[in-house]
Amino acid sequence: MSDLIPQLTQQFFNGLSLGAIYALIAIGYTMVYGIIGMINFAHGEIYMIGAYVGLVTLTAIGTNSGLPMPFIVAAMLVVAIVVTGVYGFSVERVAYRPVRNSPRLVALISAIGMSIFLQNWVALGQGARDMAVPSLISGAVQFHMGSKFDVTVPYSRIMIIVVTVVLMVALTLFIKYSRMGRASRACSQDMHMANLLGIDTNRVISFTFVLGAMLAAVGGVLIAITIGKLNPFIGFLAGIKAFTAAVLGGIGSIPGAMLGGVLLGLAETFAAAYISSQYKDIVAFSLLVLILLFRPTGLLGKPEVEKV
Amino acid sequence: MSNQNVNLKNAVMAAVLTAVIVTPVFGLQLIRQGARTTMESNWKLVALAAAIVFVFQLLRPWIAQPFRKLRTSLPALPAAPTKGHKPLALLLLAVAVIWPFFAGRSSVDIATLVLIYVMLGLGLNIVVGFAGLLDLGFVGFYAVGAYTYALLYHWGGWSFWEALPFSGAMAALFGFLLGFPVLRLRGDYLAIVTLGFGEMIRLLLINLNTLTGGPDGISGIPKPTVFGLEMARRPSAEGATTFHDFFGLTFNNQHMVVYLYLMALALALATLFVSTRLIRMPVGRAWEALREDEIACRSLGLNPTRIKLSAFTLGAMFAGFGGAFFAARQGMVNPESFTFIESALILAIVVLGGMGSQVGVILAAVLLTVLPEVAREFAEYRMLMFGLVMVLMMMWRPQGLLPMKRPHVELTK
Repeated sequence: MSDLIPQLTQQFFNGLSLGAIYALIAIGYTMVYGIIGMINFAHGEIYMIGAYVGLVTLTAIGTNSGLPMPFIVAAMLVVAIVVTGVYGFSVERVAYRPVRNSPRLVALISAIGMSIFLQNWVALGQGARDMAVPSLISGAVQFHMGSKFDVTVPYSRIMIIVVTVVLMVALTLFIKYSRMGRASRACSQDMHMANLLGIDTNRVISFTFVLGAMLAAVGGVLIAITIGKLNPFIGFLAGIKAFTAAVLGGIGSIPGAMLGGVLLGLAETFAAAYISSQYKDIVAFSLLVLILLFRPTGLLGKPEVEKV
Repeated sequence: MSNQNVNLKNAVMAAVLTAVIVTPVFGLQLIRQGARTTMESNWKLVALAAAIVFVFQLLRPWIAQPFRKLRTSLPALPAAPTKGHKPLALLLLAVAVIWPFFAGRSSVDIATLVLIYVMLGLGLNIVVGFAGLLDLGFVGFYAVGAYTYALLYHWGGWSFWEALPFSGAMAALFGFLLGFPVLRLRGDYLAIVTLGFGEMIRLLLINLNTLTGGPDGISGIPKPTVFGLEMARRPSAEGATTFHDFFGLTFNNQHMVVYLYLMALALALATLFVSTRLIRMPVGRAWEALREDEIACRSLGLNPTRIKLSAFTLGAMFAGFGGAFFAARQGMVNPESFTFIESALILAIVVLGGMGSQVGVILAAVLLTVLPEVAREFAEYRMLMFGLVMVLMMMWRPQGLLPMKRPHVELTK
């Protein structure tokens, strides 16, 4: 009984770091949905590409280059952010812009095609097998909570939480105060009106895709460092789960995506720990189905009114 | 002049973006050597890709011109087959029936696979094409059908023909139960929820070890019999007659292959027949009306949930039949066969063929199954091309290769 609190604390940290990754990816879904009302099915693949770019950068630098570890991680993040930003921009330009005014399903099918394309694009270039990511950050914080059971939080997981919190704060400030952030909020309220008032909506949409891709890339690099392996197909499941997180928080709402990500991460971790680890994916999917059925607007979303 | 400058600027931009995109995937290839990961650079490829994109972007105004004409001149199919098509259809059918007796084993095998996809494509066509419900979890019902037969055989010793109706019914039941709550959802949400259900079915099949055999699945599933006659070298039970004994033939593996082909043909034709009839019945008209405008339908007193549910259930039923046949043909089932990619492939068949167009769906099923078999040396590009084709189709011809032209009257001015 005395082990319960430390165990819960342990699971809480695990869930929090997992949820932080989901939150980073979910923001991309929610921002795109908020602006053009489409599910960017290929977003999970952008996350996967981010992880690969991180690994390529790490291999290019070399693990025994003697450079300080924070510098290497920062380089991985920066290169991954730049490259996936370009991916996000190009994917929108090539696959989504031409179908923007078509029915929703056309855009969704185009996005599914893009997702399959990107998976196999990476599988073709870098091989479909698992790649090992050399561990950069070892060690962990251990603390006692007055019982036999130690709570162990690896530094890499702490890094995930810290980086995510910093990015979330930066993003919130950016969306709130910057010119582009204001423009993007205006677009998500009323695209036509924003256009009439002189906002270059095409630029705002491109920007949204780029920003979403960048955040997903950070998630990809961080998880690659923490888990230590990746393959071209990790994006699918992560993408679905992040989408679940976005829906849970209320799709279209940025704070909602953050909240949803963390909640989903916690739910999954606790389900894996206390129900069965085999069923953790089923927990995420069930959650998705249940929210869509009973509260499609999510926790923080605004109800959508259908107009004729 | 300034127009050309803009063009040049765009081309340079596109070339730079291409270089950035290609470099981390193809330019710097990771190589795994045991625990170590090394890298090999391939800058020629990056330069080549950038150059191609540069030239293409520069010449785009000229390249685009002939395509513009093509777009309007591609054919569309009339909704109702005209009388003249009937002899042609009968001739095609006769060829399809007689052909396997003279063809090689492998080509008949591929044709059987094509027919399975025709059946699945036609089933999904009811849901996506007719009713306009994007179902990304179709493979889940296929799995239910396959596992229903496999489990009935494994636990109850049922034969294929006894299990076939149950497989269809079970898949339909799943379609009904899963469809009931989700069909109120809007198009893209529905797509994601069905995807979730499809994945959940697969995960359950993996995790319910004791019932389904987990990741290994169930093997040793018997092939269908011909009116109780087994198609094997020796009868499995004492005193039973085999097919070749009964007809006084020498045993030949080819018999089984041809038989399976003919059965797949029969199932595909049945699916085609039923769905062709359904679309002309009130329920089929309601599907199409609902796809075009849900609010208008509701205001005319149609019950959207009930209509959608009928499409969903029927589509699932055909997937169930397809699944049972698949299990019998393979002789084994495991969850690996029922991944999301399979759903995407069936969806691509429907989309490529032209949503709602049955001839189109059949053509697309043939194309998407035969092409990868023919171009085996390009096997690794298969899925890549497949994704690309989906994107390009949505851009240039979202109505599909052979879209169905609806009977309509236009006001003359």
